[in-house]
Amino acid sequence: MTDSVHDMGGMDGFGKVEPEADEPPFHHQWEGRVLAMARAMGYTGAWNIDMSRAAQEMLRPDVYLTVSYYKRWALGMERNLLKHHLADPDEIAAGRARTPAKPLKRKLTPDKVEASLTRGSYGREPPAPARFKPGDCVRAKNIHPATHTRLPRYVRGRVGTVELVHGCHVFPDAAAIGQGENPQWLYTVVFDGRELWGAEADPTIKVSVDAFEPYLETA
Amino acid sequence: MQLRVRALETVLAEKGYIDPAALDLIVEAYETRIGPQNGARVVAKAWTDADFKRRLLADGSAAVSSLGYESRVGDHLVVVENSERLHNMVVCTLCSCYPWEVLGLPPIWYKSAPYRSRAVKDPRGVLRDFGVNLPASTEIRVWDSTAETRYLVLPMRPGGTAGLSEEKLAALVTRDSMIGTGFPKRPEGA
Repeated sequence: MTDSVHDMGGMDGFGKVEPEADEPPFHHQWEGRVLAMARAMGYTGAWNIDMSRAAQEMLRPDVYLTVSYYKRWALGMERNLLKHHLADPDEIAAGRARTPAKPLKRKLTPDKVEASLTRGSYGREPPAPARFKPGDCVRAKNIHPATHTRLPRYVRGRVGTVELVHGCHVFPDAAAIGQGENPQWLYTVVFDGRELWGAEADPTIKVSVDAFEPYLETA
Repeated sequence: MQLRVRALETVLAEKGYIDPAALDLIVEAYETRIGPQNGARVVAKAWTDADFKRRLLADGSAAVSSLGYESRVGDHLVVVENSERLHNMVVCTLCSCYPWEVLGLPPIWYKSAPYRSRAVKDPRGVLRDFGVNLPASTEIRVWDSTAETRYLVLPMRPGGTAGLSEEKLAALVTRDSMIGTGFPKRPEGA
């Protein structure tokens, strides 16, 4: 979902950043289990990383803002289990499997864990030449899709400069809704702080996003 | 939450989707091996080896992979260099994308609404929350990780470190200095 509270760039009112000294990897034992379960379910191919993100973004804003990071992961995972008919609500509530399992492509066994810890590659063969090159002036489109997107609100409609070309990558907007990888060129586009936040903004600030070609138009 | 998560794990294991023994190994890896010490070694190497630094800035994934880590970094790692003139800072405003392979799990503040909302609009204010004050003339560049590209900041080497070994230099490199919200430590006595 777009235009929800997960898209936080530029919002006011959340207060100071509060670093924690000597923070442990996990604050509760269950957090590690959630992380590992998410990894293991990702490995099965039941859903992809963009579907994981989309499931969390679809949480109600009041829930999204008030639950902890790993609880959000758990809630997102529950949503995807239900959505893909891998478990039913009674099973999740009771903690007992009652219905037959759905066959999945792969299972993460201990011998495969080491290899699974390497990040996947999202680069794909380009279906067409890149439309933009470094130095090109581009405008982030003013789009508000009802489904998942990775173009943050704070750059929509703003003009920036293409700085890096990262090759062709899996397009999250398509992958999140089961429409395949639909690879698109990916660019780092840098914006002047004043273009984003107005003439009064600090002139020494620049902000970049990584934007897929369908998000951009020539400015 | 402990009970709810245990229930979830039980269902997934009973259905044969997951193997709890594999989960144990994943948790162990993040608790023991995959942390900012990996990134610190990359930074220390870049401080002492000009050729490695050149390769690191040209292709972060390839250069880091050449070090042969236990947990290898995936594709799409971009390393950005700080200087007197330019300070880089990394955020993910949409979720919490972070270079796990070189920095481990992200700290809570990185995933929090205050950081995600303000880093792109008021980075100097955010830096002040960390006790970091940059000269007004230093340009600040914020990298919002909105795709599968991951960013690692190469901080400036602190003064008073001439002749220090790579290992001693790595001990000065903090996690926050590689996110861009802090500086490396100074050597004792410097």
